[in-house]
Amino acid sequence: MNITMQTIAIQNGTKLLVAGEVDAHTAPQLSDQLVPLVQRPANQSVVVDLAEVSYLDSTGLGVFVGALKLSQQTGCRLSIQNVTPRIERLFRITGLIDIIPVTPRAESVAGQQDQASLQKRFDVVSADPKEEP
Amino acid sequence: MARQEWEDEYRKILQAFLRGRGEDQLYLGQQLSKWLRAHHVAPEEIVDFHVRALAETVELPELVKDSFQLLTEVMIEYGIAFREYRSLRSRQQQLESEIEVAATMQQTLLPRTSPQFDQVEIGLISVPAKQMSGDYYNFAKHDDQVFSVALADIIGKGIPAALCMSMIKYAMDSFLDQRITPAAMLGRLNGVVERNIEPGMFITMFYGMYDTCLHRFRYAVAGHEPGFWYRASKGRLYDLESRGLVLGVTPDVDYQEYEIDIEPGDLLILMTDGVTERKVGGRFLQRENIADLIQAEIGSPAQQIAENLYRKLLLLSNLELPDDHTMIVIRRVV
Repeated sequence: MNITMQTIAIQNGTKLLVAGEVDAHTAPQLSDQLVPLVQRPANQSVVVDLAEVSYLDSTGLGVFVGALKLSQQTGCRLSIQNVTPRIERLFRITGLIDIIPVTPRAESVAGQQDQASLQKRFDVVSADPKEEP
Repeated sequence: MARQEWEDEYRKILQAFLRGRGEDQLYLGQQLSKWLRAHHVAPEEIVDFHVRALAETVELPELVKDSFQLLTEVMIEYGIAFREYRSLRSRQQQLESEIEVAATMQQTLLPRTSPQFDQVEIGLISVPAKQMSGDYYNFAKHDDQVFSVALADIIGKGIPAALCMSMIKYAMDSFLDQRITPAAMLGRLNGVVERNIEPGMFITMFYGMYDTCLHRFRYAVAGHEPGFWYRASKGRLYDLESRGLVLGVTPDVDYQEYEIDIEPGDLLILMTDGVTERKVGGRFLQRENIADLIQAEIGSPAQQIAENLYRKLLLLSNLELPDDHTMIVIRRVV
């Protein structure tokens, strides 16, 4: 697993484009890139674009928690955009979505096909959380 | 074997080999080599002795004799690498030994038994992905009627996660006596964790209290993987409704409390994300797939459900356990 990152200047700040998989091995690389960005006085806003991130685990979330704490000290606004439904679910379950702005990306056709294939394989009986028991 | 002894043995093997060039001597040479390595004899010492033993055995041209000086010099670097390897190996063994002690100590932080009630069964399985687990669970019997259940997942794995576990355990123990509500328990634990944890770490936690007379379950959640609730009268599974921020991110958090009434045959299935974060054929299992596997176990005793699900998930993921796996199953029998 590896990640690649690129920064581009945006109005009042920086956008960090991340591609690959963020796990315990690659999270330190993300942290090394992100932490200096939220600490840079010129950055009023740091946007992390996860459009090309296929996997992110709890250690990846930890990088954002650490960066968020630093950004609160420096007054920088941290936000995350273009997350997959799976990554968005992680932010939602952990409650982090309430303290870090997270924007989902439109679900890809490939993603829908993956889900359909998995459901077929396991003959899923879906639990509907909306229905009252 | 002292130095004199291995030198005698080496000389004997060398001389026998030069006489007959037999396979037996080569085999003996291999055996001696293992002994020399185990007893930390450096390669340059062996080369040095080889040339002396050879000179004692045959007339050695000066040129050949001198050439061994070069070989000895070359072997000195190998000797240094060999000593570094020995030093690293020794440190690794020391670390392994310390981790083993720590893993044993960690086990003492976890309860060995769960509370026993006539009408409620509790099943548990907790398997670490490495030697030390980042999953924490606890049961406490508050009186004859009420017990509490806690399940936490500390970000990351290994030693840092295990150290955080001890903080959670002792903080929780100090609050248990006060018999506070699940929401208050998480609020207080959040305060302790936020003050003491590294900036990039956090803990997810589920905490619930089960009244075995009223069969009422009250719980609160701090960013933890949602549990399942099997409603026997409907014959289907529901997600345990939950919302709340993980522990350790901000100092003051008010956690929401939920309450459900448990009927005979109902199940509560609590788990860490190691249960759900499984890859099958290169793709992650969906929550619905886990629900499907649970449905197939309905009717079994709580402990059996926990163990069977662990086995099935392990088989589906090609016997790989990428993360710590903990599942607690609470079943109202009658």
